[in-house]
Amino acid sequence: MSDLEKFRRETRAWLEANCPPEMRRPMTSEADTFWGGRNAKFSSEPQRVWFERMRDKGWTVPHWPTEYGGGGLDAEQTKIVRQEMAAIGARQPLVSFGISMLGPALLKYGTDAQKKEHLPKITAGLIRWCQGYSEPNAGSDLASLQTRAESDGDDYVINGQKIWTSYANYADWIFCLVRTDPTAKKHDGISFILFDMTSKGVSTKPILLISGYSPFCETFFDNVRVPKSHVVGTVNRGWDVAKYLLQHERAMISGMGERGVGRPLGQVATDSVGSDEQGRLEDAMLRGQIATFEIDEAALAAAAERAVDLAKAGQAHPAFSSAMKYYGTELNKRRHEILMSAGGVDALEWESERSRGGARPRAWLRTKANSIEGGTSEVMLGIVAKRILDLPGA
Amino acid sequence: MALVLNEEQSMLRDSARGLISDKAPVSHLRQLRDAKDATGFSRELWKAFAEMGFSGLLVPENFGGSGLGCVEAGIVMEEIGRTLMPSPFLSTAVLAASALSRGGSDAQKSQYLPKISDGSLLAALAIDEGAKHRPLQTRLQAVRSGNGFRLSGDKAFVVDGHVADLLIVAARSAGKAGEREGLTLFLVDPKTKGIATERTAMVDSHNAARIVFDNVEVNADGVLGEVDQGHGLLDGVLNIGRGAVASEMVGLSEEVFGRTVTYLKERKQFGKLIGEFQALQHRAAQLYIEIEITRAAVLKALQTLDGDFANAAAAVAVAKARAGATATQAVQEGVQMHGGMGMTDQFDIGFFMKRARVCQELFGDANFHADQLARMKSY
Repeated sequence: MSDLEKFRRETRAWLEANCPPEMRRPMTSEADTFWGGRNAKFSSEPQRVWFERMRDKGWTVPHWPTEYGGGGLDAEQTKIVRQEMAAIGARQPLVSFGISMLGPALLKYGTDAQKKEHLPKITAGLIRWCQGYSEPNAGSDLASLQTRAESDGDDYVINGQKIWTSYANYADWIFCLVRTDPTAKKHDGISFILFDMTSKGVSTKPILLISGYSPFCETFFDNVRVPKSHVVGTVNRGWDVAKYLLQHERAMISGMGERGVGRPLGQVATDSVGSDEQGRLEDAMLRGQIATFEIDEAALAAAAERAVDLAKAGQAHPAFSSAMKYYGTELNKRRHEILMSAGGVDALEWESERSRGGARPRAWLRTKANSIEGGTSEVMLGIVAKRILDLPGA
Repeated sequence: MALVLNEEQSMLRDSARGLISDKAPVSHLRQLRDAKDATGFSRELWKAFAEMGFSGLLVPENFGGSGLGCVEAGIVMEEIGRTLMPSPFLSTAVLAASALSRGGSDAQKSQYLPKISDGSLLAALAIDEGAKHRPLQTRLQAVRSGNGFRLSGDKAFVVDGHVADLLIVAARSAGKAGEREGLTLFLVDPKTKGIATERTAMVDSHNAARIVFDNVEVNADGVLGEVDQGHGLLDGVLNIGRGAVASEMVGLSEEVFGRTVTYLKERKQFGKLIGEFQALQHRAAQLYIEIEITRAAVLKALQTLDGDFANAAAAVAVAKARAGATATQAVQEGVQMHGGMGMTDQFDIGFFMKRARVCQELFGDANFHADQLARMKSY
C-alpha cells in the first residue's frame, strides 16, 4: 500500500471515529457555522466537540505548518482530508476569514513575529477577523480608497470609512487597506495594516439587506492609533498583499456553492414537486434545468480540483481564481433560483417555524451578492480578458 | 490522481500534435472534401498513425498494442479536434479496440486486435437506427438460425461504415425496443451476403454510412460477449467513445477560441481593435471559462474511465454534455466574432462549426446526457 493510501485509510478511520453524526448533516442556517473569536459561542455540543477535535489534530487548517497549529500536510494529503470529509458530509469545523483570506497573505508577506502572533490564534479559532477593503464611492474601483493613515512617531493615525465590512460587528481584529501616501499614484500609496476592533475610535453600524439580515457593516475610523509594526509587507506596497489576498478570497467565494450542498437538487425538488409513474420529476422543464445545473456543478468541482493540482504542478495562472469566482458565484445564484422554483409557494414563507424563519428565501436573496462581493462578475471577466487572454486595454 | 497530464502524457500530446498539425491541418480535410475522396481520409496518414503506436493505444500489450488508457486516447482525440483530421481513430482504435478487448473471446482478440494495432484492419460500430442516439431502442433483429443468427434491419450514422473491414453490430436478440435485456453484439464481415452499405456524405465532410441488413447470416462465433446480455458491454464501450468525442470537442473548442482571440487582437473597426470592446472582452472571457471548466470535466471523466470504470457513467455524462454545449458556444462565438468572414467557405472556421454539430449528436447530445444523469440520480 502506498503512503497516500495508508494516509487515506487512517484519515477515514479517524473521521469516522471523531466526527459526530450531527456534524455530517447539511447545514440549515447561519447558526450551524462556527466562526470562532473572543466571544464565540457554540450552537450545540456536537459543534463544540467537532471543532475541538479538529483543532487538536491541526485540521482546522490541514495544510498550514504545525508550528502555527495547522496539520503540516502536503497538497496531496490535504486533498485526501477534503475528499474524505466530503464523503461523509462533514461540516467545516471552523469558518474564518483568518483561514481563507488573511492567513495566506500573512504566510507570504508577514514577518516572523506577525506569523507567530496571529496564525496560531486563527487555527485555534480564538480571533475572528474582518476585512477592511471596500469604501463608499469606491466599489469595484477598490484602489481609489480614501481612508488615510498618517505617520505619528511609532504609530499611524487612521481616519476614514469602510463599507460592506462583513461581520465587522462580530470581529475582533481587522485587516485593512489604508492610504499611507496620498501623493503617490493610486495603487502605489496603499498599505496593508492589522488592528484590534476594540481600539479607541473604531465603530461599526450594521447594514440591513434585502434578505432581512445584516452580515455587512459600515465601519468608521476616527483617529485610530495603530503601531507601525502592524503593517504587513512593505509600506506603500499594500496593493501586492491586497491582490494576493483577493485571489484567495475569490477562490473561497467560488466554493461557496459547494459548502451549501446537502441533498442533490433533484431530490430536493422531488420532495416538493413530486414525480410521475416513471420516477421522473413531475415538472419536465424544471427537471431539465436541474440536470443541466448538476452537470455544470460537477464540472466546476472538477475544475476546482484541477486548479489545485495545476497550482501544485506550477502550471496555474495567477488570475485563474477570477475565472472560478465568476463561474462559482453565477452557478450559486442559479442553484438558489432553482431551489426557489422547486419550493414554489412554500419557499416564499418569510417568518414561520415551518420555514425556519424563511431560511430558503433569505439564502436566495443572500446569493445575489455573490456576483458583487469580492469583485463583481464584470470585474472578474475584465481580469480574465486582460490578464489571461491578453486582450488590448481600453 | 492529479487532474493534470503527467510527463509521459504530455509527451504523447506533443508527438500527436506534431504529426497532426504537420500532416493534417484543416486544409487536409478541405482537399479531401473538394476532391470528393472516396475513402474520406488518408490511408497513408493512418499508416503513420499506426507506426507512431496511436492505432494500438487501447490494445493490450499481449495483442500487439501499448495497453494505455482512455486519458491517452483522449489526448490524441483532442489533437484530432484541433485540425479536424478525418481518420478511423475513433471508430477503430477507440471503439472497436475497446469492444474487442473488453468483450472478445481469446480467439476474437487474437484474430482482430493485432490487426487493429498495426493499422491493417478498420472497424466500425453500428448502433443507431433513428434520428437520435437511443441505444436501448435497438430494433435490428437477430433471429436464431442453425448454430447462429440472421440479422435484419437498418443502421444509420455508422462512423467509417463504408470502409470498415469489420462491423460491430448491436442487435435485438430478445425483448423489445426500450429494454436493457435482449441486446447482443455481433462481429460481422461487411462483405457478407445481404449487407448493403451507402456512404452518407455529411455536413462535416467526415465519414458515416447507412447500412441495411437483409437476413444476414452470422455464425455463433460472431457473437461478441454474451447473447442477450450485450447492453453492459455496449454501454461501457459507448462511454469510452463519449469520453473520446468529448475530448475531440475540447480540442475543437480551444482551437476555434484561439483563432477568435487572435482575430480580436488584429481586426480594427471604428478606429479600435475590436478586442478593446468590453462587450466582446466579456464574451471571450466567459467562453474561456467555459472551455477550462469543460476541459477539467472531460479529464475527470477519462481518468474515472481508467481508474473506476464501473462508476464512470455519471462523469462521462457530465463530460459529454458539457463538451457539446461548450463546443456549440465556441463555434457560434467564433463565427459571430469573425463577422461575415466567418460565414465564408474560404475561411476555415465553418469547418469547426460543422464538425461540432456532428460531435454533439454522436453518442448522445447534451439533452440525452442530462436526461441520463437525472435518471442515475433518480429524479
